[in-house]
Amino acid sequence: MSFRKLSLGLAVATLVGGAALPAFAQDSVYVPLFTYRTGPFAGSGIYIADGMHDYLQMLNERDGGIGGVKLALEECETGYDTKKGVECYESVKGKNPVVVNPWSTGITLPLIPRASVDKIPILSMAYGLSASARGDIFPWIFNPPATYWDGMSMIVKYIGEKEGGLEKLKGKTIGFLHLDAAFGKEPIPLLNELAKTYGFEVKLYPVAAQDMQNQSSQWLSVRRDRPDYMIMWGWGSMNGAAVKEAVRSGYPMDKFYSVWWPSEDDARAGGAGAKGFKMLNWHSVGADLPALKDIQKHVVDKGLSKAPKDSVGTLLYNRGVYNSLLIAEAIATAQKLTGKKVVTGEDVRRGMENIKLDPARLKELGLEGFTGGMELTCSDHNSHSPAFMQEWDGTKWVKISEPIQPMTEQVRAQLDAAAKDYAEKNPGWPKRTEACDKAS
Amino acid sequence: MDILYKIFIEPFVFMGEAPDLLLQTLWEGLVSGVLYALIALGFVLIFKASGVFNFAQGIMVVFSALILVGLYEKGVPAFLALLLAVGAMLLLAMAVERVVLRPLVNQPDIILFMATFGLTYFLIGFGELIFGGSPKEMITDALYLPQGTTEVDLLGGMVRFQHLDIAAAVIASIMIGVLAVFFSKTRIGRALRAVADSHKAALSVGISLNQIWVIVWFAAGIVALVAGIMWGARSGVSFALQIIALKALPVLILGGFTSIPGAIIGGLIIGVGEKLGEFYWGPLVGGGIETWLAYVIALLFLLYRPQGLFGEKIIERI
Repeated sequence: MSFRKLSLGLAVATLVGGAALPAFAQDSVYVPLFTYRTGPFAGSGIYIADGMHDYLQMLNERDGGIGGVKLALEECETGYDTKKGVECYESVKGKNPVVVNPWSTGITLPLIPRASVDKIPILSMAYGLSASARGDIFPWIFNPPATYWDGMSMIVKYIGEKEGGLEKLKGKTIGFLHLDAAFGKEPIPLLNELAKTYGFEVKLYPVAAQDMQNQSSQWLSVRRDRPDYMIMWGWGSMNGAAVKEAVRSGYPMDKFYSVWWPSEDDARAGGAGAKGFKMLNWHSVGADLPALKDIQKHVVDKGLSKAPKDSVGTLLYNRGVYNSLLIAEAIATAQKLTGKKVVTGEDVRRGMENIKLDPARLKELGLEGFTGGMELTCSDHNSHSPAFMQEWDGTKWVKISEPIQPMTEQVRAQLDAAAKDYAEKNPGWPKRTEACDKAS
Repeated sequence: MDILYKIFIEPFVFMGEAPDLLLQTLWEGLVSGVLYALIALGFVLIFKASGVFNFAQGIMVVFSALILVGLYEKGVPAFLALLLAVGAMLLLAMAVERVVLRPLVNQPDIILFMATFGLTYFLIGFGELIFGGSPKEMITDALYLPQGTTEVDLLGGMVRFQHLDIAAAVIASIMIGVLAVFFSKTRIGRALRAVADSHKAALSVGISLNQIWVIVWFAAGIVALVAGIMWGARSGVSFALQIIALKALPVLILGGFTSIPGAIIGGLIIGVGEKLGEFYWGPLVGGGIETWLAYVIALLFLLYRPQGLFGEKIIERI
């Protein structure tokens, strides 16, 4: 075959293939899923990707989509790489996505200014820029159900309560082990502020991405500084390696806390010594709920999922389900608000601002008791919902606390200042012109 | 003045006040150093034989460890899986020689270097296709690698020695010793040195270039497997491990690209240097200095020995 014929063949194939693609825009709602099934962060990313995909796929299989409209799902592999994530965004934005989930704080940050221009809502579920919770300043960004600052305040509050009151933290030292990236640094301003308020000292232990599995230096420093408590903000293979190193270095695991990202695998990596390791969470683990059983029946059993059977119901799988629950609710709410079946990004932004998940709605969705109630409004794009503490018992996570409310007063002041600062530092940051629905 | 005190006095005062922590830091540095040396050794072997900087050495560490763990998870007994992983590294060496190196004989070194880039990304994709991207636990128990900790009261404090770290240091040392003897005392070793000096001259005295390349890539594969087992046992087997291989770069800069003793001494200097630096001087700048400190140490050495500690001094007549 000559080069010319080959080129012609390729061009025809591209045209034919291309012609088959726009089915997305006509009779379905296009939902791109930014995922990372490869690379150093795949250990966390695979579970999330499976959970996100399978819930939406289940709605397609069981209900024919949402409101009678199929969801056109398409994954874009980011590898947790900001550059690739932005490329994914550029590649999907022309296909009328109703929402984008970056699944990385690093990817979220450059998308924030683009969202309002492209009219695509960004859902950075419990990650991203904490200040973007302010709907009046960031109408296109949503980060429910809690910001990283809320999470940090909950951990400090829990530790304070264990000590017998926040004032008892005076003179204590809290070590902060974090990925040395936008995500890991996000809660540091709040932690420093809380340290000033309550008189404790903060020791920072940054872990570079290339040293995620080589943390002996950080844990030697922990041994030198003897912090009374350790808080971790890690992702991917950093979490499992940190739990292992904590056990190896003899750090008391009952004083080792994490934000909501470690998985069962991460805790298991520490072996029997990891018992007592604690983390925040806001939804249940396990696959006993009707919606999760439906995922098993309509998706996994039919071979429509990439997830192995036993991963349904694991912590991060369910986190992915929660993410898709928000997407689905936003779409359904947008359909109600607009009366349209095939909604757009602008409609779904309105839908997001009117999400109301209460026990009755969760029951209706087959997710009774899956998570606490949550409501977003025009001005509050986060809800600042409480989370609970769970502990690794050697084989599984066990819930050990009632819901912990974030320290709203401290967080709110910081958040308002940061949101204002963001708008000021980005000249021409648009004033909100999007109308608020009466309901929100 | 305060900053000068913090840089030049305080760390040493602290070393004197807490000698147990100094000893612990030195131990951790030595263990890391031995493991860095092991990874660097893989680079050195291939560079000596073909003048190629094998960018794929890092992914070979991950790939070999994944084969071992993956086979075990499929029900293959641990030591048979180990044997099969060794066999897989031999197959890889043969494939690389046949598909990558042989067609590129006499091409500029940069072309061969770029070919190892290609090999890296192929192995990443192939590995993820077969084994998935999730991290796996090394089969430490099944391989009878020791677990647990010995705590020794020393120098007025306590020093913890992980049994796994001791085993890693011993196994890596034996491995390095065997390879050093093999490549310096045997006929194959002499052939390797001849190939390293000149491909054409080696061919003219009847040395099979292809055979030497297979042997060397296989040896580098075994080294990668051992490094993968040891790092994997310490912190899990995942694709993030391949990034650790970048730690071998300052080791090579320091020790020289062609010297086995250089890889060992370089590994130890970098391992100990970065741990001491991070532990005693890191807090001055908020920590996290070890990623670049290793390169600073290597560059400082280069000021005095541009060819590295043990690298060959090349004099070209003009």
